[in-house]
Amino acid sequence: MRPFEQIVADYGPMVLRVCRAVVGPDEAEDAWSETFLAALRAYPRLDDGANVEAWLVTIAHRKAIDATRAAARRPVTAGSLPERPASTGRPEDWDGDLWAALAALPARQRAAVAYHYLAGLPYAEIAEITGGSTDAARRAAADGIKTLRATYLAPTKEEGEGR
Amino acid sequence: MDITHTMVDSPLGELTLVGNGGALAGVYFTGQRNRPRPERLGRPAPAEFAEPVRQLGEYFAGRRTAFELDLDTHGDAFDRQVWALVTAIPYGQTRSYGQLARELGDPGLAQQVGVSNARNRLCIVVPCHRVVGADGKLTGYAGGLARKRALLELEAPVPAGRLF
Repeated sequence: MRPFEQIVADYGPMVLRVCRAVVGPDEAEDAWSETFLAALRAYPRLDDGANVEAWLVTIAHRKAIDATRAAARRPVTAGSLPERPASTGRPEDWDGDLWAALAALPARQRAAVAYHYLAGLPYAEIAEITGGSTDAARRAAADGIKTLRATYLAPTKEEGEGR
Repeated sequence: MDITHTMVDSPLGELTLVGNGGALAGVYFTGQRNRPRPERLGRPAPAEFAEPVRQLGEYFAGRRTAFELDLDTHGDAFDRQVWALVTAIPYGQTRSYGQLARELGDPGLAQQVGVSNARNRLCIVVPCHRVVGADGKLTGYAGGLARKRALLELEAPVPAGRLF
């Protein structure tokens, strides 16, 4: 078994992006920490040949649900949207409107898109994590992408639709 | 790991489809720069590719604008983020490397976006052909610029009137 620090190094960035996609920038760091804390405790019992990506996303999914429930119970703070930061050198610090576009998706679609495209999990594994059938997970991702295409990444003034 | 492959005809020449454990791992044109060596293609198993072949056929016939397939992707977190953004580019449209980089938080990432885009193994299905240079210029494409142009033309035919 690799040392746990190696797991964090190898999969940390992916899990962070998944957390950001599923719970949004405000909750993502906490969800990420909770995920790896739980993973650390469970790691000694993990089978040698286990699919670590799927295992981590399974834990992250549960933490995401916890985070969403906790956020729903807290009063909403009214605030302005943060400005786009100057270059921070950390691509994981800002997701533009991606979170807003994902937040507008039903939870199943958001999870299916994040787990398939950001974590690279097959739909059969995603179905095990979120419930439902493999086909339903695939359809959820396809529907989520369809909505993203209609709502996200609007063409900028210079680009328009032409080429 | 269970690598399989099949070949399928298309209007842009023969495509090589590679599968891994039932998911689609690669779509390559003939002569494509980063296609795998023949010994890395695994055993031929055309029956396993019925669904991707069907969907690609519908795409080339202009009847399908998005794919519903299990994809087997291998890349780091940044690559996957780029591929997700690319998948979110609407059919028939293009976006620039710069815009994708801005979405990722730093216009300076445009070149890295290009690198990740070039790492895409799933031509057409993950629509890396929809990413263009800042002025709409068709910059590189692993399958060649003629194919990139052909795919964009398939998705958004230029009406005859616009040529004049």
